[in-house]
Order: sequence, then structure tokens, then C-alpha cells
Amino acid sequence: MKFAIAVFSAAHAPSSRRALLFAQAALAGGHEIVRLFFYQDGVYGASNNIVAPQDEQDIARQWRELVNVHQLDGVVCIAAALRRGVLNAEEATRYQRSAANLDAPWALSGLGQLHDAAQAADRLICFGGP
Amino acid sequence: MSKSLLVISRQAPWSGPSAREALDIVLAGGAFDLPIGVLFMDDGVFQLAPHQDAKAVQQKDLSANLQALGLFGIDDVFACSHSLGERGLTQPANAQSLDSEAIAKMIDRYDQVMTL
Repeated sequence: MKFAIAVFSAAHAPSSRRALLFAQAALAGGHEIVRLFFYQDGVYGASNNIVAPQDEQDIARQWRELVNVHQLDGVVCIAAALRRGVLNAEEATRYQRSAANLDAPWALSGLGQLHDAAQAADRLICFGGP
Repeated sequence: MSKSLLVISRQAPWSGPSAREALDIVLAGGAFDLPIGVLFMDDGVFQLAPHQDAKAVQQKDLSANLQALGLFGIDDVFACSHSLGERGLTQPANAQSLDSEAIAKMIDRYDQVMTL
């Protein structure tokens, strides 16, 4: 089955961990993930600047590894990310900010990518709504 | 054929960017001509309340985004009548209000549902 996965909560939220476990289980079960889309506070999960305490899980790093290992399409909503200070080098330059905290494997793009993924998938699974 | 999507918007307009970001999903879907509907539920129904003064809370008005729904071809705009009643709001002019039973049937009709 083809899944599109949308994450709306920050990496430290239980729902982000559930989304990660779901994604791992889906791939382990031979399913396809057409796209991961991070929206709202979910954009924080793609930040390079998250430092998890040593005795806690580093969910942001695990997301990054999952995307890298499985060559997933990891998309972060650009409007939601800019609003929350999650910028790649290009946006940091564009808005004259001193630091970038997002890079590969994540890509900044628009909401069209969420709709496109939902259309391409058999199931759209969302994590971290209110 | 395109899959239909129902966005359930459950946040008050002035409780952070959530309400605006839910509407952005709906408007983006409309821009792509996708069959999309929006249901305002729980505190989300506050978005439909008339005579809001965004400037008083130093916010940007959401009503322009709501008015844009029609321009983007989104006619399926619903409100939960129970949520409206709980909050002392009357039937909104810009949404069709539905009871719980009708909402359950409507959710069934959509291919995908997203709650924000």
C-alpha cells in the first residue's frame, strides 16, 4: 500500500514518535511511503539544531536517518517553516538570517506537495492534530 | 478521479497559527481544483463568528481567507451545530451547520479526512 504521512507536531511530541514508528513499520511491512510532509509544528522535526538529552530519544535524528536510509521524499512546508525559524541556507540568505538549520535530506516546498502526496497515496495518515 | 479531502478545523482563530494553516490547506486544495470540504468544529467554529476585531488582539484578520473559499471553488463549508450551541453562537452565514449524525455521514463520503 502507498502511504502519505503528514506530521503536525514537534519532534518532542509523542505523536511525532508514533509517526516515526508508523513509518518504520510501514516500510518494514513492504509498503511504500510516497512522501513525508511536515506541517505546522511538525517543521521543527526537520531542524538540525535539536539537541536531545543523552538519555532521551533523538526523534529528529531518527527521522533524518529514516529519510536517508530509505531515500524518502521528505518535504517541509516552507511557509510553516519560515514562521517558526526553520530555514535552509537559501532561505537564510534570502531573509538575511545568520543561521540555517535545515538541509538535506529535507526539502522546503509548498502545500501543493501535501495535496499531491495525498492524491498519489492509497492512504493519507496524519499525526499530531489537536 | 481526484480523491476528496475533508479538513476539520478545530482551533480558534486567535489561538496561534493553526486556524490559518488549516485554511491554507483548504485554499491550496481549491487552487488545484481538488474536491475539498472544510468542517469547523469545537473551537474552530469561532472562526465563523461575525464582527471579529483582529486588530484588538494585534492579529491579522482571517475573514478574508474565509471569503476566499468561494473564489477558490470551495462550496462545501460546514459547521458543527453542537459546537456552535456550546459556545452560544448562532447559525453562521458562511457555513452550513450540521448535527453529529449528519457529520458522521459526511465524513464517510470523503476519501480522506485531516484534522487540524
